[in-house]
Amino acid sequence: MSIILRKIYHTGLIALLLTLGVVAERVGLIEYLSDPYEYPYILKLLYQHLYLVGVSMALATGLGLLIGIALTRRRLRRFAGVVMYIVSLGQTIPSLAVLALMMSVLGIGSRTAIFALFVYSILPIARNTLAGITSVSPAMIDAAKGMGMPDWRILLEVELPNAMTVILTGFRVALVINIGTTALAYLIGAGGLGDLIFTGINLMQTEKLLAGAIPSTLLALLGDFLCTILSLLLVSRGLRLADSQ
Amino acid sequence: MDILGFLQSNADQALYLTWEHMWIVGLSVGIATVIGVPVGILITKYETLAKRVINAANIFMTIPSIALFGLMLPMLSLFGHGLGKVPAVIALVLYSQLPIIRNTYVAIKNVPPAVVNAGRGMGMSNWQLLKEVELPIAIPVILAGLRTAAVMNIGIAAIATFVGAGGLGVYIQQGIDRVYDEMIVAGAILVSVFAIVVDGGMAGIEHALTPKGLKIQRKQSK
Repeated sequence: MSIILRKIYHTGLIALLLTLGVVAERVGLIEYLSDPYEYPYILKLLYQHLYLVGVSMALATGLGLLIGIALTRRRLRRFAGVVMYIVSLGQTIPSLAVLALMMSVLGIGSRTAIFALFVYSILPIARNTLAGITSVSPAMIDAAKGMGMPDWRILLEVELPNAMTVILTGFRVALVINIGTTALAYLIGAGGLGDLIFTGINLMQTEKLLAGAIPSTLLALLGDFLCTILSLLLVSRGLRLADSQ
Repeated sequence: MDILGFLQSNADQALYLTWEHMWIVGLSVGIATVIGVPVGILITKYETLAKRVINAANIFMTIPSIALFGLMLPMLSLFGHGLGKVPAVIALVLYSQLPIIRNTYVAIKNVPPAVVNAGRGMGMSNWQLLKEVELPIAIPVILAGLRTAAVMNIGIAAIATFVGAGGLGVYIQQGIDRVYDEMIVAGAILVSVFAIVVDGGMAGIEHALTPKGLKIQRKQSK
């Protein structure tokens, strides 16, 4: 029974792929993508998109981790509640509003876009770093202290590895939101694949629209997939075993 | 920048756009609840299905919103609804599925088995168990899912302006096109305030609908 179901499922998938291919050819997507004058431009936009995502995510990951770790240190711990309240308030603000506000303060261009994306991506990373480290069991930290570890070794060898799953979830959320918001960066003059999407909508040019929408969707799904691989690499084997049991 | 002045002289339009935004979000969260909560309850009974449904909802969540509008446009324009409120509501319903289904599923899974067994021992039918034991205990978490969905939808509805759905995003869109700073900032601030108010309001509803017994238990465990 299940074999038949699986066959039906696979045939359905292949049929779907074929139909999508035919549709892509009918609306002129294939022709558009293989146009010798167009595809360097599309590649340039893709590169811009990756650049915006890469720079803003790298900065946000660094600062987010730093904020999260700093707020769990003994001296700063009492500020954790206040900072987390501000962070969750910040996450309520829609991404388009953040971009628009940044633009009216800093003007247009890719620097503004990177700054807005950076600010918006810090929030989930910082929140999850804090939550992850706080949820490490105190018994484990006591054990580490008993073994004579200094604070920085407790952080690197006990707290961070144990919090890694939660931190990576925050990173994943930030990355997916970041890739989605980068598509809007076109509006504040930073380019990226949003260029094709918005122009396509305004001109009702389906092939242009799809040439922007499909790569940016694939990029987001790819980012999601990379995070899964990252969690296989970074989360220690013992924790993964404990999770699966 | 004279944002208050702008809002004063355009009070009627601002109110209308807020109202439009509100009903797009309200309608889509309503539809999403009607679909999502029963699906969430259903998949607690079929474990194998649960993973697939949640994964599928997760994929929709991963797609950038403007790209989803773009992908839907050629499909929906076959029915004459490529632009306007229809794609906006469909996209919002799709995005809301993940938080609603996941929270319903997790909430019902986390009802203590002892409580369910006690109900069964009193001779409750499955339906009664769901209605009088599982749902009341699960309601705070389900509402938290609705709250996430609503706040997220307010942000995505602002982007839906670009496919002609209206709402407060209109101020941001037209402000950018006309290089009219007051308009952009007014739109951005109105959307943000709207999201924060809805977030607070839903938190209040969550608190009000939590059964009394659960609140007492929570106070004691603190």
